[in-house]
Formats: sequence, structure tokens, C-alpha cells
Amino acid sequence: MSDNDTTLSRQVHDEIEQNRPALAVVGSQIERDEQIFGAVYDGHIVRRFFSYVRPYKKGVLLALIGVIAFTITQLTVPLLIRATIDDAIVGPEAGLTLLGITAGLFAFVALLNYGANFMQEWFASNVGELVLFDLRRSMFKHLQKISLSFMDKTEAGRLMSRLQGDVHALQEFLESSIFAIGDIMLLLGIVVVLLTLNLPLGLMTLGIVPMLFLVRIVWLPYARKAFISARENQSRVNGALAEGINGVRTIQEMAREDVNYVLFKDKAHENYVSHLRATKLAQVMIPLVDTLTGFAMAVVVFVGGTMVLDARLELGIMVAFVFYVQRFFAPIRSVTMQYSVMQRAMASGQRIFEVMDVPIDVDDKPNAIDVPEIDGSIEFRDVTFGYEKDRPILHDISFRVNPGETVALVGPTGSGKTSLTALAHRFYEVWEGSITVGGYDVRDLTQRSLGRHIAMVLQEPFLFTGTIYDNLRYNRTDATREQIHAAAEAVGAHGFIENLPNGYNTKVEQGGGNLSLGQRQLISFARALVADTKILVLDEATANIDSYTELMIQRALKRLLEGRTGMVIAHRLSTIRGADRIVVLHDGRIVETGNHSELMARGGLYARLYRMNYASFDDIPEELVKTATAETGFST
Amino acid sequence: MTTQTTLSSDGPRLKTGLGVLARVTRMAFKHYWRMSIAISATFVAVVFQLFIPQLLGRAVDLAHDLFLRGVGSADGREALLTTGLLLFGASILRGAFTMLHNYQGEAVGQSIGYELRLAMYRKIQQLSFSYHDRVHSGDLITRSMLDVEGVRLWVNTGILRLFVLTVLIGVGAFLLIRTDLLLGLLALSFVPFVGWRAIVTRLRLRESWHRLQERLSVLTRVMEENLNGIRVVRSFCSQDHEMEKFDQASNRAIGLTRNRIALRVKNGTLMTFAYFISMALVLWVGGQKTLAGEISVGRLTEFLAFMTILQMPVRQLGMLVNSVARATTSGERLFSILDLEPEIHDKPGAQDLKITDGILRFDDVYFKYNEGDRREHDLSAISFEVGPGKTLGIVGPPGAGKSTIAHLIPRFYDATSGRITIDGQDIRDVTLKSLRTAVSVIQQDTFLFTSGIENNLAYGDPWAERDKIIWAAEAAQLHSYIDQLPKGYGTLVGERGVSLSGGQRQRLAIARTLLLESPIMVFDDSTAAIDAATERRIRSAVAGISHKHATIIISHRLSSLMHADEILFVDDGRIIERGNHAELLALNGRYKALYELQSNPDDDAHEAVRGVTHER
Repeated sequence: MSDNDTTLSRQVHDEIEQNRPALAVVGSQIERDEQIFGAVYDGHIVRRFFSYVRPYKKGVLLALIGVIAFTITQLTVPLLIRATIDDAIVGPEAGLTLLGITAGLFAFVALLNYGANFMQEWFASNVGELVLFDLRRSMFKHLQKISLSFMDKTEAGRLMSRLQGDVHALQEFLESSIFAIGDIMLLLGIVVVLLTLNLPLGLMTLGIVPMLFLVRIVWLPYARKAFISARENQSRVNGALAEGINGVRTIQEMAREDVNYVLFKDKAHENYVSHLRATKLAQVMIPLVDTLTGFAMAVVVFVGGTMVLDARLELGIMVAFVFYVQRFFAPIRSVTMQYSVMQRAMASGQRIFEVMDVPIDVDDKPNAIDVPEIDGSIEFRDVTFGYEKDRPILHDISFRVNPGETVALVGPTGSGKTSLTALAHRFYEVWEGSITVGGYDVRDLTQRSLGRHIAMVLQEPFLFTGTIYDNLRYNRTDATREQIHAAAEAVGAHGFIENLPNGYNTKVEQGGGNLSLGQRQLISFARALVADTKILVLDEATANIDSYTELMIQRALKRLLEGRTGMVIAHRLSTIRGADRIVVLHDGRIVETGNHSELMARGGLYARLYRMNYASFDDIPEELVKTATAETGFST
Repeated sequence: MTTQTTLSSDGPRLKTGLGVLARVTRMAFKHYWRMSIAISATFVAVVFQLFIPQLLGRAVDLAHDLFLRGVGSADGREALLTTGLLLFGASILRGAFTMLHNYQGEAVGQSIGYELRLAMYRKIQQLSFSYHDRVHSGDLITRSMLDVEGVRLWVNTGILRLFVLTVLIGVGAFLLIRTDLLLGLLALSFVPFVGWRAIVTRLRLRESWHRLQERLSVLTRVMEENLNGIRVVRSFCSQDHEMEKFDQASNRAIGLTRNRIALRVKNGTLMTFAYFISMALVLWVGGQKTLAGEISVGRLTEFLAFMTILQMPVRQLGMLVNSVARATTSGERLFSILDLEPEIHDKPGAQDLKITDGILRFDDVYFKYNEGDRREHDLSAISFEVGPGKTLGIVGPPGAGKSTIAHLIPRFYDATSGRITIDGQDIRDVTLKSLRTAVSVIQQDTFLFTSGIENNLAYGDPWAERDKIIWAAEAAQLHSYIDQLPKGYGTLVGERGVSLSGGQRQRLAIARTLLLESPIMVFDDSTAAIDAATERRIRSAVAGISHKHATIIISHRLSSLMHADEILFVDDGRIIERGNHAELLALNGRYKALYELQSNPDDDAHEAVRGVTHER
């Protein structure tokens, strides 16, 4: 490797080393806060988990039969070697016939072992995978219904790590539990066989078993600490690396490369050291086990051999002992490892079931109705609502939007506009009062039929990976190409879509990265148009868009609202002025309603805010809003 | 995308593959002390390993012979004791040397990992914007993480294991066959079969793993997008549609998982079976030979014990092959990045930029991003000059090339023709570091580091004094906000930190640049999310120091740059109109139309500009 150009010059390096900047770090400064290990056993979690295993109990049973059969054949092998030696080779009836029988038996056991091995592996792995997918599915499904207030509070990344990592930990737990049963049986089997074959020799050699356990148990906490620290260091280094890649433009802009390199080097070195420490601990087990096993073999050779000499032991038994002794350690290792697996599984299970236990607040009534047609009116009657108990953010809201009318919701940040629109779609349940859509209480309608009548356009246009077609169609999978083109045409998106490399079949990259904000906005408009609902709820974008794009969006908005009932959280003055009616909100109450000229004539809060000449009401600094409300007497 | 193709193509490219392996191996042997210790330790460990079956065989024979001859004397016991002690000793030494070999091998692997990680980090930081435009950051992150691992593992699971296997199988086979040809061959008969199956299975598993990964990443994406776009999902009531997407992705993954399990289980069990069958054969044929007196019982035990030792390493042949495949592809990808020469780098003998007057000049600058583009130029014939205390404004429709001009100044890209000079020095002749210290560009999108606000503010100058940081925050109208946060300047921002509004992020970006007091400051649409009043306050706060530097303001909001000494109206990469605000209004052209639109956003004004917005 050409090292010279990838490393920092010695001089620069030393300068930074000697004068460490106090305010420089690389990598995230937020530590992972999820617990990796939980209690060893939590009955509640295990029971919950086993309800997912129950559908596959046949598979589990077959896996267990496989495990048992496999263990037995494993135990038989040295016994058959013993029989071959003692009976067929040195025994009184030694001869080819007996040899044929024992060798044949051996081959037969090998075949049984093959079958049993296949059975245990096949069923255990398959059941494990199926349970994993089921668990993930039911969690995902639950997330689709869970109240939005939970989703608002929880980061997507955290849920993802539950849907993936934690679910995996439970699968691992299931599989390794099945095999652990085999390991325990094997260990017990060996103990029984050895003691039966020869009690004194058995006792002497088995002496190392508790020693092996002891060594393992003493070793485990140290090793685990070292492994966890190695893993944490690794993720820290990787985090710093990812930061360096994601922020590379800023880093180059600010010429921070050299300082970062020195800091990164520290992290990478720490990682290196902690990995070496972990390796050291992992490797130290080898000579310990070899020493103990070697000791047991020496005992077999010396004590066993002497016993053979004294004719107190058959030769084959001595040989069988040698083979058994070498098998002590493997089951001990897996059984002790199972301990960590269980702890991890309990912590993961807790996180998973915590999500599954979040109640579904908003659900269809048993007799909810599905209305095919509605007239497009929305009415709020004395609605009181809040997200946290005892902290209402909407008070006694009453207003009606007539079919075909566009109502603009206006008010300073935090006045409750977004909550109002979310309630119209029944994202949350009102505390008091009622909301009717087309004359039906939203709680009496199925959510699906509500979704057919109300479309929402959110402030941040969110697109899915897939083609432009897929995005415009979204869940209206029956929409024809013509309908889609017409919708795109109507909002003025057709032109730029056609100009994309593959037109409507162009793939939208994750997050819509290959489209500009304005383009994404237009696509989300067109998507709402394809949905073709009577009612449109729209949260106008506040993001700063250049005058050119804004023109296009304003025009699209007009087309979108044509012939529909519109409830618009309006930020732009032109949208507000264009509305049929304006509802002015402050602190969760309606303070004024009317159209632009009426409100201006009244000279209330709206008129005052409007005259401040800000591009949007949301831009108005809080102090100014306070003075305005105080002057108009709307202060709460 | 170029990376996409290399990431998925795992086919055998023997020629380059060998070169890559050789290169990694050379890297390993640079740690020649550790490597020679590791290799010698391996050798010693294997010798003791092979010694154990022989000792066991000897012990059996001793016991058996003595028993048959009825000696039963102290001699016999002594011989058995010696053998037992030898066995004990051999076990200890085998363990100790195995540990030594594993540890040293791992240490070399970790050192290589460390070196590669550093080299990648450095290289990525050096590669120009044009490279980062082409390559997806996610791909780059995966590469640097997984590929470093792939190469690192080659040392321990590749080179050293290859050595262990060769010695173990080679010497072992020699010993066995020398003792008894037929029995030796029988005892080894499972080796070629198991080795072959192990290799084939590993390669297939690897292939199916890649396919499964692809499927799983689709599943991940479906879930992630669902969670991030949960409001869209809810508002369209498309839960059923989403479940369908989930099931589709999930079922595909299940199908592949099932195939994988079948492949693994079938072969794994078959390998064990083959091993036991050859054991049965050894037992049968060996038994006959023992009965015929050709070999002793001890010999037979020795053969069987040896087979036990060989079983694991032979299965690991698959891992070895896997490690070769992985190291080859990973190495190739890594080296393809490490061997890149950054497009923009210091000229040999480049001098530091010397600021005397602080005058930036563009002389007939042309620029094009991609050679292949249909468009002839992304920038054409751009010329201007700006000096300390002066402000240059650049305005124009989206995609006109405004930001491109900004990117040329600190050499994020190099001009295709023409000259950019600072105080008469061509920016291509000075060191990048000195150039970028003299020029600050504040972009519209602000990348924040997950760290304290203070650290972010001091990003360009981590040695900055507290007072200066506070001054910058005050100037950017951010101090009072920071001050009322519970943790003040120590508050964590960035991913998972306190979430800042778009305007606050931009103000933070402005503050961290103001702190640097660079002679040339470029505001590339960096006040877009800041309201006009706050922007005015920022401007008056920096007025005190503005005589020290040249300012370029790029914006689509005219109020941000109306006050500039000169304003360029850019469209399609060309300067269409230039002059100060009054002059441009007098021209009654594009600038005027935009001005009308912004000062009076009514429909008639919309129509007036429509003629000129016709799409790009």
C-alpha cells in the first residue's frame, strides 16, 4: 500500500498531538442506552414468547426427538469401539463374525446418527426462522394500529432495532435452548456411562468436569466484559467513520481533516487494544481446557492402564474412556454460553413485548359502518383534546366546513392547527365533543372508509422507494395509467416527470433524494389527487422554497382543491387570502372566523398579525404574538 | 452507480483475486515478528497434536501387552506413568502453542484492520466532492466497515488456517500411510469427500447469503419507510397495503432462508455421516488386521484417535475457501478506493496562499460537472471581482449554477477553463488547506455533528476561546436560544440530539463560519430558512467586521442581497444581468420581474414571471 499519501505528515500529526483542541471530538457523543442483558429468566416473557412457538409445537417436538436420538447415538459410538475391541478383537469369542457384527452395528448407528442429526437441525432451524418471522410480523402489524402518540414519541430507529436485533435474539434463544437440552443430556449421559463402565476410574476422570465448569464460570464475566467493550469500541469507531463519510463536505469545507484524523486514530487504536484484550481472554481458555483434558487422559492412561494390567479393567473400556474424555468440554461450553443467550433474550423480549403491550386506542367499533358516499362536510362540535392527561391543547372547538368549501386554519405556532387536522382523520380520539364527517361521527365509521373520503397532504412530502408510478398510485392499486397521468398533469408534475430519465418509471431513491423538494411536494399532491377523495386535509409546507417553485405549487394547490372540501393549515398569505373562510386559532381556541376582508375589517388578532408583514404567521416571533394577543384581549 | 455494480459482483476473477490476496498477505508479513511467531507456534502445536494419538496408542499397547505377557510389574506401571505424563505434557504444550498462534494471528489481523481503517478514513476525507457525488455514502460506510473485516479475517482464517491444515493433513497422512497403507487410506477416506462438500457448500451458502441479504434489505426498507412515513400510511389508511408489502418481502426472505437451511443441514449432516462411515471401515478392516496380528490394538486406537483430531479442521476447509472469496472481493473493493488519486489535490511544491489585499477574481471561468452531459457547460464565461468590505450578490432560478460558482472558490471542483485567483495567486497553485482556511462556504443544508453545540460552533477552530464562540453565536442570533437550554452550550445536537429548526441549524452554520473570520465568505443560500427580520439582525451584527472580508451572498430571496455592491443574475450558467439593485431595476429585465413577484405576490405578478420560469 502506498502509505505516504494516506497518512498524515509526522509534523502536522505531532503539532496536533501536542496541542490537543479542547473542543474537538469525532463520532457521536450519545452512548447507546439500551440494556443488552436482562435477568436470566423472566417467566412472563418466556410465556409470551412461547405463545409464538405453540403453532409449531409439532416441529419443536420433532426437533427434540432428533436431539435425543442424536445424543444417544453420540454416546453409543465409543461404546461400540469398546465392544469391537473387547469382544471382537481381544475377547474370548473374538473373530470375524463378531467383528462383522460390531462394525455393521457401528455403520447402523452412523446411519441413525445421520437421520437424527438431520432431524434436529432441520426442525430446530426452521421453527426458529418461522417464529422469528411471525414475531416480527405481529409486531409490525401491531405498529400499524398503535396510537400515533406512541409513534410520535418513539424513534423509528429504535423500533427497527426491535424488529430486527431483538427478534433475532429470541430466535437464537429458541434454537440454542433446543440444542442445550441435547448438550445437558450428553453430559449427563457421559457421566452415567463412565460411572457404569467403571466406577473408580469414572469418578477420577469426572473430577475434571466441575473443574471445567469452575474455570468457565470464573472466566465468563471477564470475557463478557472484554467482548462487550470490544463490540462497543467497534461501534464507536464505525460511528466515527460514518460521521466522517456523511459529513465529509463540511469537514473539507472547514478543513478539519487533520484534527479529525488524529482523533479518529485514537478511537481506532482503542478499538484495536480492546480487541486484543478480548482475543487474549478468548484464547486463554484453550490451554486451560487442554490442560484439564490432558490431565484426564493421563489419568485414564496411568490409572486405567494399571487397572488393565491388574485385569480389573477391560482394554476397550480404557479406549472408550479416552474418547469420552475428549468430549467433556463442548457441552460445558454451550451450556455456559446459554446463560448469556438467555440474558440477552430476556432483555430483548422485554423490549419487544413492551411495544406489543401498547394498547390500540383508535380502533373500529364492532358495528362500525362503511359508507360508500358522503357529502364532504366536516363538523367539529365542542371538541376538547390533548396528548397528555390534564393538559388539553384544544378547548371547545366548534366549526363546520361545508361541502366544497376551503377553510384555512391560521394561528401562531403551537395554536393547535395540526392537532385539529389529525383529529378530523381520527388519528387520535377526542376527549370531549364529537367530529362528524359527512354527517357521520368519525367513531362510527370504519377507519378504512374514513381513509377513502379524506386524503391528507403532509407538510413534509414523504415518498416511498419504488417508481414514480408506485408512489402516485400508492394504495390505489386499481388506478389506471390515464388517471395517474391526469392527476400529475393537473398539479403540473407531468412535465418534469416526463423529463426524468425513465419518466414515470424512474425509481425514487430512498427519501426521494433524487428529486427536489418542490418536485416531491408536487408528487405528494398528485398522489392525493389519485386517491380522489371528497375531503382534502392539507398542511402547507413552511420550508423555504424559491419563488419559481412556489408559483408552481400555488397553482397546483388550486387545482387540488377544486370541487373538494378543503381544510388547509395555511402558512402562505396568498393561500390564506384565497380561502373561503379563515379560522384563527390561538392557544387551542378559535378566536375569530371569517374571510380575509371581514377579518381585516374587524381589526382583531388576524389583522394585527397580518399587518406585521411576515411571509408566514409561523415566522412571527413569540414576543410579537404575545403583544398582539394582549392588545386584542385574547390572551389566556 | 459504479459502486452498486462492484458491490454485487462476487464472481471469480482469478487474476485480480490473486493480486489482492498477495497484497493482503504482504501486509500481514510486514508484521514479520508476529507472523513468524504465529507460524512457528502453529507448527509446534500441530506436532504435539499429532503426538497425542500416538501416545494414546502406545498406552493401549503397553497395557495390553503387559497384560497379555502377565508381567504386571513395576516396569509396566512406570512405562504407563511415563506415557501418561507425556500425554499430559503434550496436551499442555499443544494448548499453549495453539493459544500463542491464535493470539499472534489475531493480533496481526487486528493490526491490519487498524491500518486499513485509518487509511480508508484518511482517503475518504481526501477524495473530492465529485467522487462523493458519484458514490452513495451508505455504500461507502458499508465498504469501510465490512470490507475491512473481510480482509482482516483473511490473516487468521485464511493464511494461518491454510498452514495448519496443510501441516496437519500432510504430516498426519504421511504418518498413517507409512504405518499401514490400506488403513491409512481408509482413515483418510472421508477427507476428500468432506473437504469437497465443505468447499462447495460454503460457496453456495455465500451466494445464497448475498441473495438473502438483498431480500432482507428490501424487508428492512419496507419496515423503515413504513415507520418513517407512518403519517402517510395512516392518512391513506393503507395499513393493509403496507402489510401486503411486508408479507411479500418477508415471504421471499423466508423462501430463501428455507433454501439456506436445507443446504446447510443436508451437507453438514452428510459430512458427519461420511466421517462415521470411514470410522466404521477403519474399525472393520483394522479389526481384521488386528485379529490377523498385523497391527496392535494400540495402533487401531491411534488411527481412530487421529480421525477425531482431523474431523474439525477438514470441515474448516469450507471456511478457508470462504475466507479467500471474502478477502478477495473485500480487498479488491478496499484497494480500489485506497488507490484512487483525489481529483483535486495539492500541486507538487504548492505554496500556502498569501492573503495581502483579499481580492477574489473570476476570469472567464467555464465549468462542467460531467464530461458525458448533454449540456455544453454548467457555467460559462463567469467573470467578477470582489474584495474586502464588498458584497457580491448572486441570484437566479434553481439550477442556474449559483451554487456551482460557490463550489469553485474553495476548489470543491476545479474550473474547466479560465482562472480563479485570490490576490493574484491561482487557487490551483496554492495548498488546499490554506485555500480552504481563507475561504468559507456556508451551505443551505447544514450538517451538524452529534456533539455539543459548543463543539459544533468550534468545528472549524476547535481551539477557539469561549468568548469568541459566544460572540459568534450572538452575531448569528443564536445565543439567547442556546442560553435558555438546560445544558446551554453543552446541549447535544445532531442525530438524536436536541432537534433544531431549519432556521436554527442555518444560524448555527453561520455562527461556526463567522468564528473563523475568513477573508472570503460565501453564503450559499444559507439564510433560506431564517426569517427576514432575524436575517437583518444578523447582518447588522456582522457589519462591524464586514470590512475585513469579501462577502458573496447567493439567495433566491432578493431582500437578502439587495444591498450588495454588485448583483449577478445568473441563468443557465451565464451572467444575464449585472449591476447594483437600482441599476438592475432600471434594466427592467429578469431581475425586475423577480423583484415584482417577491414584493407583490399577486396573480398578475405570477403571470409576469411565468414567461421566464418555463421549466428547467
